[in-house]
Amino acid sequence: MTKILVVDDSNSIRDMVCFTLKSSGYETVEAKDGQEGLNKAKTSSFDLVISDVNMPIMDGITLCQELRKLPSFKFTPILMLTTESSGDMKQRGKAAGATGWLVKPFNPDKLIATIKRVV
Amino acid sequence: MSIDLSQFIPSFLEESFEGLELMESSLLNLEQGDDETINSIFRAAHSIKGGAGTFGFNNVTEFTHLVETLLDEMRDGRREIVQNDIEILLDSVDCMKLLIEAIKNETECNDEKIDITTKLLEETLNTSQALSTPTSEGQSAETPAPSDALIEWSIEFVPDHHLVQTGNDPQFLFNALAALGEVNIEANASDLPALSEMDPEELYLQWHITLLANVTEDDIKEIFEWVEDECKLTITKKTATETAPIVSSSEVNKTNSDSQQPEQIPTPSEEPVAKSEVKSMKPESTNKPVKAKAEVGSIRVGVDKVDNLINLMGELVITQSMLSELGNDFDLSKVERLNAGLEQLLQNTKELQESVMRIRMLPISFAFNRFPRLIHDLSKKTGKQIELILKGEQTELDKTVMEQIGDPLVHLVRNAVDHGIEPVEKRIANGKSEQGTITLNAYHQGGSIVIEINDDGGGINRKAVFDKALEKGVIDGSSSLTDSQVFDLLFEPGFSTAKELSDISGRGVGMDVVKKNIQALGGRIQVESVEGKGSTFKVYLPLTLAILDGQLVRVGTEIYIIPLITIVESLQTQAESINRVSGDMVLYRLREDNVPVLPIYQLFGLESDATQVEDSLLVVVEDDGQKVGLMVDDLLAQQQVVIKSLNENYQQVEGVSGATILGDGSVAMILDIPGIINIAQKKARNHKNNNINSANTEEVTP
Repeated sequence: MTKILVVDDSNSIRDMVCFTLKSSGYETVEAKDGQEGLNKAKTSSFDLVISDVNMPIMDGITLCQELRKLPSFKFTPILMLTTESSGDMKQRGKAAGATGWLVKPFNPDKLIATIKRVV
Repeated sequence: MSIDLSQFIPSFLEESFEGLELMESSLLNLEQGDDETINSIFRAAHSIKGGAGTFGFNNVTEFTHLVETLLDEMRDGRREIVQNDIEILLDSVDCMKLLIEAIKNETECNDEKIDITTKLLEETLNTSQALSTPTSEGQSAETPAPSDALIEWSIEFVPDHHLVQTGNDPQFLFNALAALGEVNIEANASDLPALSEMDPEELYLQWHITLLANVTEDDIKEIFEWVEDECKLTITKKTATETAPIVSSSEVNKTNSDSQQPEQIPTPSEEPVAKSEVKSMKPESTNKPVKAKAEVGSIRVGVDKVDNLINLMGELVITQSMLSELGNDFDLSKVERLNAGLEQLLQNTKELQESVMRIRMLPISFAFNRFPRLIHDLSKKTGKQIELILKGEQTELDKTVMEQIGDPLVHLVRNAVDHGIEPVEKRIANGKSEQGTITLNAYHQGGSIVIEINDDGGGINRKAVFDKALEKGVIDGSSSLTDSQVFDLLFEPGFSTAKELSDISGRGVGMDVVKKNIQALGGRIQVESVEGKGSTFKVYLPLTLAILDGQLVRVGTEIYIIPLITIVESLQTQAESINRVSGDMVLYRLREDNVPVLPIYQLFGLESDATQVEDSLLVVVEDDGQKVGLMVDDLLAQQQVVIKSLNENYQQVEGVSGATILGDGSVAMILDIPGIINIAQKKARNHKNNNINSANTEEVTP
């Protein structure tokens, strides 16, 4: 089963993303900030990471950089979940090693269609 | 497949309100260069916008977008943080609250405040020193309308060698292309190095793809969106009228410099060709979320509280198994162990009860956190300088009590600002600091929680209150009242000593309502004031509405429960203090008070041990300043009882507020003290009338 790590500080967004993913048959693990996400990534392996950018404690960009330093996450797709459509944020994400991005507000079907591009 | 997200609307709303509160309190504390605070405000706005967009609450999304843009400029240091902008943002928070409340109530929000604030925000953003404002989201409007004809696209995809190291896999890109239409994919392995030179983490293949589909170039580019910087991508339209290749804009330079590249592809006979047949996927239909269901009250509980419950539950199970083992072959030698086990059970139950009750408890900061904003607004409106001090914010209070105490507290705080704190000139004249202080403090005292609203203002003018009460006919001129009795007059309906009405604390309709609301919660309010020094309003509230501390009393064979909070004292009657006014009306002299005595056995028609006051115990209870002595046969234990409503199973009985189940399984009624005092007063009035009547008849017949 495809296992996805979902990192977002907003409970409702995280719940919705996880619900959407679970409804489509994915297994999800949640984290509420980058640090928690990183800790979970260190103790478990994932097929995909979906992370918000703006988070307390550790933001999504830093999380992405940290994950890429881990041998087991070298090739793992990492998608940034962001409302920021500006090219700047996307570039920062790419520079940090992100695979791509998902733009909030998300539509459940689109979310699933988009993540099928990487898993 | 349809995924219905509407079940998440309530949690989105709850989270949004939390976010708004955080925005408000952070805005009030915002100072120049405080990055963490502005970041947290931005994050809150950002989450609300994201959630609202997902559910299609477009008015919230649009409005919040403006707010977010302004915050973003502040966050990036492109805009200085000035007081005026903070005011606009505070207004914006109010607007967002209105909008989200409208969603919660499923109504339309047409408040003009939103239009005004929107305009203000737009004006502010237009005058921004910002270099650029982020563009709005969504697809560009330039996308030409699609026609029905299939177009044959030719795509050259030459990924950089490190492409897979960011987690992108060409296979998935091809899958996505296949979802658009018919694809034919050919791989070109000419760049593949010798095995010894190959880095397994690099990608050496290139692809040529033909796509037959009714799509625009943008649709194709969208698929390659994530990799456009990590590949050479050339998209050419084949069957279009124009034959010129449309080159991906970011690639113009590169493609020109490498213009010979297509010719370098080796002949097909030498290259291993991988033809991928990719299943075409049907585009999924989107579905709109259905209307949110009626809101069910929810409560957020810290994980530690739940963990604690589970832990206690575990201990209870251990005790239970210990006791059942003991019961298997019990003999008298094990009585001691049985007692120890029962003791443990008692302990477990008590802890479990406390923990369960704690689930409903929230820190009082939930009720307090609206006050910084209120004070901010009020001090702007009145021109008074006020500092607000919050204490004991972590004191926990039942959720229901919390929700209902909010409005009375707001009223008391408004009063403190309006009537308590003096204008600056007056403060200076009285030798006080310019800045007035209002302190909100919450703490536990016995079984109740006390909320204090203290101001260092002028205090209550005793004489003004007294005169006003005289004028209103609440008291007569001969009354000699203690200070606290005078201050209690403030809570009389229609009482206001402010000479001019202000829109802050209204027209004196408030204080009696405040008192009623607090009493409805089983609480009481008390005023202390020193003229020239300030006033303190103390609100006493029960910790919870579901459990009360009760005094068990016996009348005949029945057991009743008197709420401990209402009891002034319990005493053995002294014959010399008993006064029979007339007939069966009895007054008991309690220091300077005459307390009417109400025999419970008469009230409920029971047989009791003692029918005379002299032989009974008296429990003096108080409500609303009225004291009544309840005649009982015996005082039993004091204990916490769980309140069960009578209405669900029986009917409302005068003088009884509910019932509870005692340790031995029997049912005991909880006495409704305000109701009983009412009965006593009615009785006293009847007496008076009867006496007057009988007096009249005596006069008529000399």
